[in-house]
Amino acid sequence: MNFIVEHYNYWVVVFLMMVGFYIVISANNLVKKIVGLNVFQTSVFMMYISIGKVTGGSAPIAAEGITTYSNPLPHVLILTAIVVGVATTAVGLALIVRIKRAYGTVEENEFEHKEELI
Amino acid sequence: MFVQHFPVLPIILPLIAAPLCILVGRSHLAWILATLVSALSFYVSVDLLLTTIEQGVLSYAIGGWEPPWGIEIRIDAASAMILSVVTGISTLVLVYAKESIVKEIDSRQHTLFYTAHLLCLTGLSGILSTGDAFNLFVFLEISSLATYTLVSLGADKRCLTAAFRYLVMGTIGATFILIGVGMMYMKTGTLNMIDLSARIAEFDSNRTLNTGLAFILVGVSIKLALFPLHMWLPPAYTHAPSAVSAFLASTATKVAVYVMVRFIFTIYGAEYVFYTMSMDIILLVLAIVAIFKCSFMATVQSNVKTMLAYSSVAQIGYMILGISLASNLGLMAGLLHIFNHALMKGALFMAVGAVLFRTGSVDIKAFQGLGKQMPLTMAAFTIAGLSIIGVPLTVGFVSKWYLVTAALEQQHWVVAFLVLLGSLLAIVYIGRILEAAYFKKPSQLTAGKDIKEAPMLMLVPMWGLVIANIYFGIDTSLSVTAADSAAQWLTQAVTETGAKQ
Repeated sequence: MNFIVEHYNYWVVVFLMMVGFYIVISANNLVKKIVGLNVFQTSVFMMYISIGKVTGGSAPIAAEGITTYSNPLPHVLILTAIVVGVATTAVGLALIVRIKRAYGTVEENEFEHKEELI
Repeated sequence: MFVQHFPVLPIILPLIAAPLCILVGRSHLAWILATLVSALSFYVSVDLLLTTIEQGVLSYAIGGWEPPWGIEIRIDAASAMILSVVTGISTLVLVYAKESIVKEIDSRQHTLFYTAHLLCLTGLSGILSTGDAFNLFVFLEISSLATYTLVSLGADKRCLTAAFRYLVMGTIGATFILIGVGMMYMKTGTLNMIDLSARIAEFDSNRTLNTGLAFILVGVSIKLALFPLHMWLPPAYTHAPSAVSAFLASTATKVAVYVMVRFIFTIYGAEYVFYTMSMDIILLVLAIVAIFKCSFMATVQSNVKTMLAYSSVAQIGYMILGISLASNLGLMAGLLHIFNHALMKGALFMAVGAVLFRTGSVDIKAFQGLGKQMPLTMAAFTIAGLSIIGVPLTVGFVSKWYLVTAALEQQHWVVAFLVLLGSLLAIVYIGRILEAAYFKKPSQLTAGKDIKEAPMLMLVPMWGLVIANIYFGIDTSLSVTAADSAAQWLTQAVTETGAKQ
């Protein structure tokens, strides 16, 4: 039990990761797939932020009397990864708009059916 | 003075030129700019390759921040070799693209095509030259995002769904790599590749590091389309514009193979991956299944581009096979095949693009009778096809030769036999096209149409690659020396860290 409580942030990460992954695989609607992908990526962001925590450390701002700081590097890294995630979402949504225009639907089984007719 | 900045130029030049392509506005000007920049990067890369073969590794601290605090650009023979291939192919494809995209891409989007192409080149050069594991992820995503855009530029609306599936798979792969890099950082506290390799060597076997390696290998396998994670590749290459297929097939997946080599040999070390984790057997089996399953799939396709795409997945199998042999010679054969496959697949996709340009179709029926109507294009297709099969005097023979030698060196008789057997399937799928082109009458698709030879701007880069196919098939000194010193360098780094223990 202690194992679960002490590492609760990692359990949240694992849970979100699996939820996101499941949505990506199972969703039929393309927008929902993108949402799933975002949840999946967010879980990784949370994992990185968890890594940066140093027990007993304060926020990484230089101040008198504080000697232990949390590690700021993972936060900076994940800022970059968030930007990458936003860009991916933007490209994905743009593609969905064009798919909607071309096929008239964003449901995977419906446009698959139309593709077979080509 | 200027020469000291050479290592960073293949990244910086296309990155600066990419937005300029939109700003100049005209398709013609954007084409000149993109081709010039790409050619300049190629010149720099070849210069870097010659320097690294002579002097070993080149290190460059971006912004003057010394590694391991700053991001390091680190170029050794392996990266310089693949960098030369990527920038060289990019230049030829850009020359080819001018005529090719006229019929396949909406004229308003031509400048965007050049921009996306240069961004993709930036990402690929970045992956090849960076010495920082997280930076590698960022460049991987830059190139991937540009790739999704390039694929979606196709004329057929199926390119949109292909690009979307590619995006979903690619993002999952990249996120897996991100998780793996996070786990490495968790345990070692560094992201610099050289630091990482030294600190990972200190751990004998560690669960966090093992999990990280598993995530990275699966993520990279998605990116390089290793069987059974290759499902995104055939539709994406089929429906993308021809110039894009030619560029991606000969560079993007190869760079992903390089990423795998980098993680296995430089960061984790071959001993850790192959002996402690026994990944070699998994990779070996997947590679062999890829060769047979996808070569077989290639033989039953009626769309020639899909056929070439399946053939690509099979050829990636050969590269992974070389790596999984876990020997110096095997790694060298794998790297050599990266170089050689880029030459042959680039030429094949260009020839198919030329056929699409003239006949408007890439169905195998459109190829019937083309031997007489487009003799130069079909001759190029034939020579590059023979190279895929592995006929002597072509580069395909050189890579098969080294692969078989590497397998025999380790007493893997069955593997060597299977490599040769895989070539038989290549004879079948290439042979079908050649039979249609030379021995059949034009079908209804092309009958009555006046089909001429492809335009000069398409023939020149195509034949450039074909001549390279033959040249490097006969005079192997440059390519083999480069691959050999690259493999030496990669495995030597391993023994050095091993000696430190």
